Amino acid sequence: MLDYIWGLLMLVSFISSAFTGRMEELTQAIFSGGAAAVTLCISLLGTICLWSGLMRVADQAGLIRLVSRVLQPFIRLVFRGLDPDSPAAGAICMNISANVLGLGNAATPFGLQAMRHLSEENQNAPVASDHMITFVVLNTASVQILPTTIGMLRSKYGAANPMDIMPAIWITSILTLIAGLSMNAALCKLRRRRL
Amino acid sequence: MSVLGAYCAPVVICVIVLCGMFRVQGMFSVFCGGAKEGLRTVASIAPSLIGLITAVEMFKVSGALDVLTSAILPVANILHLPQEVMPLVLLRPITGGGSIAMLDRLLDQYGANSMTGRVACVMCGSSETTFYTTALYFGSVGVKKIRHTLIAALAADLVCTILSGITVGLLF
Repeated sequence: MLDYIWGLLMLVSFISSAFTGRMEELTQAIFSGGAAAVTLCISLLGTICLWSGLMRVADQAGLIRLVSRVLQPFIRLVFRGLDPDSPAAGAICMNISANVLGLGNAATPFGLQAMRHLSEENQNAPVASDHMITFVVLNTASVQILPTTIGMLRSKYGAANPMDIMPAIWITSILTLIAGLSMNAALCKLRRRRL
Repeated sequence: MSVLGAYCAPVVICVIVLCGMFRVQGMFSVFCGGAKEGLRTVASIAPSLIGLITAVEMFKVSGALDVLTSAILPVANILHLPQEVMPLVLLRPITGGGSIAMLDRLLDQYGANSMTGRVACVMCGSSETTFYTTALYFGSVGVKKIRHTLIAALAADLVCTILSGITVGLLF
């Protein structure tokens, strides 16, 4: 899927540039794009490292297990039939906690681990299971308590209170999540009825 | 509410550090180990970021985004969204890095306390990079058929876009 999106982005860019006469700018973008990505990585490096370190401390202090216990009712509701004590459920809890803290990139390692466990439960089939889809949808509609990156950017551009945006983000992200999960549940049911 | 927001990050850090002092031996070296893991995370996402951001940069200067944006501008009026955020609506599901970069520029241009700046922040804070996340997670376990994942995820993105205008309008 990404193969097509990535390829299409570049092909469409070439065609569009040819029509609008922006081939020089396109060439420039090809050489500056990599540099822009590296600059972004460096600016994200501090935040990600700080929170990864804090997460490790929280994990060893037993705080993550505590969060997992808090999240269990949610796991039971959303991932029907998944054993809440399985390693998959544990990794899902860690991923959700990291996401909730606004650490999108720190959540990725946990997410990849969760996918590996869910894939094993699915006998490593090439067709996605309901749980896998639910998990990915959950991750594409993230709920964060602390949007740290947004806060950092807002303070950089002189917001008097960079975090006053939070209630709006909470409401929007929770409703977005509910929409995504309901859509997912409805489509799962639809497919089962067809079979 | 906003005071609560300012307290959030420091309180989380204090809770972690306080628990760590009592229950974790050599807390600082544990922290450094975790931070090193963060270094590895950044290193592991860097190649895909470089590939994707180069493609997105090409896409942006090519004028294709302008064409698409002008096509969906009428939608902005219907949803009561500032027109300036429409490129972000298109970019957000494709690239996290690219949309953060665009958010950075929007905040620079319109200010952090403008309607445009706020809507853009809510949009970025309430959704994830749909295509990137989908590709990364399913790609990592070799799943070829993702069934209805994208339909559900993109429906959520649409809801997010609509709601970011509404919540900012109501709360500010």
